[in-house]
Amino acid sequence: MQDTKLIIDEKEYMVNSELTVIQALEDIGIEIPRFCFHEKLSIAGNCRMCLIEVVGAPKPAASCHLGVRDLRPGPNGEPPKINTKSQVAKKAQKGAMEFLLANHPLDCPICDQGGECDLQDQAMKYGTDKTRFSENKRAVENKDIGPLVKTVMTRCIHCTRCVRFSTEVAGVSELGATGRGEDMEITTYLEKAMDSELQGNVIDLCPVGALTSKPYEFKARSWELTKTESIDVMDGLGANIRIDSKGSEVMRILPRFNDDINEEWISDKARFIWDGLKAQRLDRPYIRINNKLREVSWSEAIDAVIEKVNETAPQKIGCISGDMSTAEEMYSMKKLMDNIGSGNYDCRQDSSKLSIDYGRASYIFNPTVNGIEEADGIVIIGSNPRIESPVLNARIRKRWLTGNLKVSLIGEESDLTYPYNFIGNNPNLINDAKKIGLDGCKKIIWLVGESVISRDDGLPILSKVVEHALNSGSISDDWNGLSILHTAASRVAGLDIGFVPSVDSLSAGDMSNGGETDLLFLLGADEIEISKGTYVVYVGSHGDIGANRADIILPGSCYTEKNGFYVNTEGRLQEINRAVFPPGKAKDDWSILKLISDKLNKPLDFIDIHSLRKIMFHDCPNLLSFQLVDDQYHVNLKKLASTKGVILDNSLDIKIKDFYMTNPIARASKVMANCSIQKSKKQ
Amino acid sequence: MNVRRIDLSSNEEFLFTDENKDLASREVAKYPEGRQASAIIAVLWIAQKQNNGWLSESAISHVSNFLNMQKIRTLEIATFYTMFNLSPVGKYHIQLCGTTPCMLCGAESLKKVLNNEIGEVGSLTKDNLLSWVEVECLGACCNAPMVQINDYYYEDLDETSFKKIIKDLKSGKEIKTGSYKGRLTSEPSKDPIILLDDEIEKINIKRIKPGLK
Repeated sequence: MQDTKLIIDEKEYMVNSELTVIQALEDIGIEIPRFCFHEKLSIAGNCRMCLIEVVGAPKPAASCHLGVRDLRPGPNGEPPKINTKSQVAKKAQKGAMEFLLANHPLDCPICDQGGECDLQDQAMKYGTDKTRFSENKRAVENKDIGPLVKTVMTRCIHCTRCVRFSTEVAGVSELGATGRGEDMEITTYLEKAMDSELQGNVIDLCPVGALTSKPYEFKARSWELTKTESIDVMDGLGANIRIDSKGSEVMRILPRFNDDINEEWISDKARFIWDGLKAQRLDRPYIRINNKLREVSWSEAIDAVIEKVNETAPQKIGCISGDMSTAEEMYSMKKLMDNIGSGNYDCRQDSSKLSIDYGRASYIFNPTVNGIEEADGIVIIGSNPRIESPVLNARIRKRWLTGNLKVSLIGEESDLTYPYNFIGNNPNLINDAKKIGLDGCKKIIWLVGESVISRDDGLPILSKVVEHALNSGSISDDWNGLSILHTAASRVAGLDIGFVPSVDSLSAGDMSNGGETDLLFLLGADEIEISKGTYVVYVGSHGDIGANRADIILPGSCYTEKNGFYVNTEGRLQEINRAVFPPGKAKDDWSILKLISDKLNKPLDFIDIHSLRKIMFHDCPNLLSFQLVDDQYHVNLKKLASTKGVILDNSLDIKIKDFYMTNPIARASKVMANCSIQKSKKQ
Repeated sequence: MNVRRIDLSSNEEFLFTDENKDLASREVAKYPEGRQASAIIAVLWIAQKQNNGWLSESAISHVSNFLNMQKIRTLEIATFYTMFNLSPVGKYHIQLCGTTPCMLCGAESLKKVLNNEIGEVGSLTKDNLLSWVEVECLGACCNAPMVQINDYYYEDLDETSFKKIIKDLKSGKEIKTGSYKGRLTSEPSKDPIILLDDEIEKINIKRIKPGLK
């Protein structure tokens, strides 16, 4: 970084010479209006809103397009002078705004963007209060570009942010600008529905109300919403989100900036899931009597559970936790099971073979999401990051765009939005390091998907991967390339807490097969089939597979309705906050478990969530340590590499068949169902 | 100009003929490896020529695949340039220049002829023989007013000569390109009106007589 002296509005400043002028001005706190410029996208320079005066230049210059280095010193060698508030600059900005408004409809009162519209805000600050344009305004036909993005194209000011986003970040060039001049239109090819899993982000990017959220259409105004900062739990990435709620309803979900994780993007599933939060909810306890679920009171339900626990031998009691459980819930459940005297608990409902025996480094995404940008080689084994974590995939694409990245794939072939060297779809190909073809790469990411690890030969494959990683030098002191891409938001926390059975206890697979357990607690576990004969107590929020099978249903809360912690795939602890209260008689999951323990006379030793957290963090220090793996991780990983096993010969199939239908909330959502239908139509 | 959309009524499948494929490949070869998309305008032009003067959806798809581009990118180019027709045109596609010099010299009367003979701007005769559009300056202002029919210019027109051209087109006769006032290219149309004094003789400039072939 090199600093240059500039005279800005008569004052001297030192600015980073590698920036464009608009960024440099922003750094020192001078706001320049803009529409087309966006930090994460390429520079277009077509809105002309950011014009400033460069002293000595014949006309105003677009500051987004002007590098600090391009500024020339004055005639006597004085630093370059720019003015952002001079008559020239102000007149230029006013003029640009007048042109933009000439064809922009005055429909703010019925526009969903109203209140959070860049054009509205900047017109107030930089525009004039009257119009000189007495001609007819242009009108543009609306485009149908899918079930998520609503278009009112008359409002479009042609900043092309959406076009650049879909081409550059999402990697699916589907939006474009057809025609020219007054007839320019933003559209997809023949108005086909958009295909990307990140398309919702164009809604945030659109500075006006041309692209708005279809499900959120006319639902609420931005100023009447309560904003709660939270974390997305649709995949293992833990993208940062903001939940906007009105009264007892979640109205929409938006991304929050976090350059370490999701930058400013979230996947469509994270963004549009909220209508599923209101459907299929379990809002009161039920007990199955004569094969019919009957509503009961909490005390009746808890009594029935106690009765069942008391009449079952402890080693015949089990628990499986789901993909969206918080750390607190799993910790309480584990403690409850310990108090009952059973070691049968498992957080790996997909029968993943990850274990805590080989240390934390063996089950997290060690290089971190930010680390992807340092990598020079990526081997993807049995994963489709585009479906399993679209935002992480966008990060890989971002890295690929900067060049010198080799990507190899063993597994199912599909469009990942960047080219890769397809090695084959057979796990045995992993045996031959030469075939993977990443010679010369220093920082390799060995990205292993959930679908691999949940195979019967998951452990042998993982051990082989670790062996290669060790051999290729990608596990060293400054780089650990072993990356497990989790699809379940709760998985890493579950492993950190130790929510896995010990050697002589039952795993999720054993418990789901009949006979092994008589009483099974499902803590929001919906992706597992429980065979007949087991008495099932389901604690969760949605009437889905788990609740269907259940004999007792204890209504819990969704991720928008509780406080809690999640650990994302890179081992980062993040907090979710309650935006709304759970519906009906539903309770916080951990308090249900506390209630059971109290009634059992085996009380858990905490009284509220704070004391619960205190004990939890004391017991599981791993949770608190982002990235920190024990000093012994080399040894542990070597131990993992030395475990031998037989790698099977069948192809590596991706478990997630439908991106939009991966969890009970998504399956309850109409919007997700529409997306799913749309996608299947296309294929 | 108005909003340009592809005519989707035709279902005819478009594929490059072997000859045109070679032509297109030659265009692609002008650009470095991996930059084949740079040939888009030339390749679209070849496709338009093959497809009777217009680009159908199938043609655009085919060109996209040929150049390994996203279809929307091809559509952007095809809708940007008015030289690409997005709906069927006649066997003789007439482009009437309506910009100032031509208009001052009588393009309006040519427009009337077209209106009578073919119809409103943009229309196509039922026999698919003639179609016309009004375009901006075609760069032949010295010979205004003028029209372009397919690949050639027809200049110095007036109502009578233009009517005859259309009549000939309809009857399938061959028509003469260039000036219809007997001029050679854009030489002066009248006797010289400047540099008339004797001095000019001294600097030895030969005058070209109008109409000289």
